[in-house]
Amino acid sequence: MADLSQDASVQARCVGDAAIIYASDYLNKLSGERIERECKRQLESGRRALIINFRDTELVNSIGVSILVGVIDAAEQSTARLIFSDVNNHTAELFQMLGLTRHVSLASNEDEALSLVSEAQP
Amino acid sequence: METNNQRLLHTFAALADLGQEIANTSDFAEMLRSSFHLLLGSVAIRRGAVAQYDRQRDTLRIVTSRGLEAAPDANFAITRDHARELTSSDSSLSLQEAAAEAARFMEDHPALFTSGEIQLLLPLVVHERLIGVVLLGEKASGEAYSEEDLETLRALARHVAVGINSHHLLGEVKRKAEENQRLYEGLRKIYKETVHAFAAAIDIKDRYTQGHSVRVGKYSEVIARELGWSDDEVEGITIAGYLHDIGKLIVDLSVINSPERFSAKDSKEMSRHPSAGYEILAPISHPYADIPLMARYHHERMDGNGYPDGLKGDQIPPGAKIVTLADSFDAMTTDRPYRKKLPLADVLEDFRANTGTQFDPQVVCAFCRAFLGEIQGRKERRLLNLLNRNYDNVESVTPLLNRLLAEFDGGVMTASVNN
Repeated sequence: MADLSQDASVQARCVGDAAIIYASDYLNKLSGERIERECKRQLESGRRALIINFRDTELVNSIGVSILVGVIDAAEQSTARLIFSDVNNHTAELFQMLGLTRHVSLASNEDEALSLVSEAQP
Repeated sequence: METNNQRLLHTFAALADLGQEIANTSDFAEMLRSSFHLLLGSVAIRRGAVAQYDRQRDTLRIVTSRGLEAAPDANFAITRDHARELTSSDSSLSLQEAAAEAARFMEDHPALFTSGEIQLLLPLVVHERLIGVVLLGEKASGEAYSEEDLETLRALARHVAVGINSHHLLGEVKRKAEENQRLYEGLRKIYKETVHAFAAAIDIKDRYTQGHSVRVGKYSEVIARELGWSDDEVEGITIAGYLHDIGKLIVDLSVINSPERFSAKDSKEMSRHPSAGYEILAPISHPYADIPLMARYHHERMDGNGYPDGLKGDQIPPGAKIVTLADSFDAMTTDRPYRKKLPLADVLEDFRANTGTQFDPQVVCAFCRAFLGEIQGRKERRLLNLLNRNYDNVESVTPLLNRLLAEFDGGVMTASVNN
């Protein structure tokens, strides 16, 4: 994987206009803020879509949720598409319950996320 | 999982995490930021702020925010009546009232918020005191706040309030402690200045020994430091040196200033001064231990032939033994009405002859070590600076000092009588 992240602790790669960012096993303050920084960096560099891959994520705590809400805000301000992929059932239910899915599409894997991105493009 | 259970678990987890965040007393700003993040994340709120109440200035100041345009440290005026209303409504504020408070807040400060940006205002109250408010914007779900949300947010806000209040209390305790320390230092300074004034008064009374008390204090300080006493103990012995002759204030002036050696009658009058000194010093609460005892016993001797109580050996407090040597050293190295100062070699021979009978060997050795250290340039010149006014070629006594050390060097004497 060509890791484009400037933060060694966050893995990220780009596919076309989309940046794929990999969340860690526990999305809390520390790891969440790294993700947020990376997302903002990708948006500033002109990415039109962000895919956050939760394949390794077991748990998202309240700070993690708040940080993801911040990422949603940032993506909306940049009119960029935000997709969460590989979200486990428990976390998907949490995102659903808290209304995050109103702003974010959930994809079962990266391929699906990438096709959602390409569908949205003119 | 059922949504209600999921929500409960998420709230419990937020409360548990919040407890940990609030325990972070080292970084208040970070504690607040993280706690507020947790509160927002519990219901997925898009924006909001925490404002701290300043009851002196009647203002609310934003101390942390997320997603709001308002400046991070913006101040808002709030009336006393409004603050009281918020305080009393803390636990009873309904959803409608919290929304009405938010609307009122935005009306009061239209320049800082866009319409509808703040949807709820929750007061932060601890022990019936307003600590601040939490301002909350829309939920990520876009739905209106529910009573359930309000309960969750109230519970979390209470924790945030306690965190802010604890920080405030800790700050107050720290400020009080610093203030007390300053007051204490001030009192110590006043005490030392008073002691200096007393020392000057004692020495002025005896025109032949001007500066004696201050020199005895300084010699005592050097010896105690050489013996490894703590800074506080060294300060105490210095003060004791300054005050050791305070009892002379009640001795007849004609006796003190007699140009001849004391008669038996005069000696009896003079020998009252250690006990008199004790009587003067004992009622005072000194910041250092045993100062009255050092004045009382500075004419005691190791062999028990001293006065006023004829104590011997370890019965004599260590501090008094130091003052005894310092007192004798200064007496022998300054001119007296009935004799000139002695050559330094004679002074050290006197020490040698009287170590064990008059002087404690450990004190004598400490004095010799300090003296040698200064001659050899290993120590700051304290004794030498005091002696150089009266003596040339002080270095010539090096062999004598070495001999004294060879004969008497022993263990370490501590400040406490019992140690």
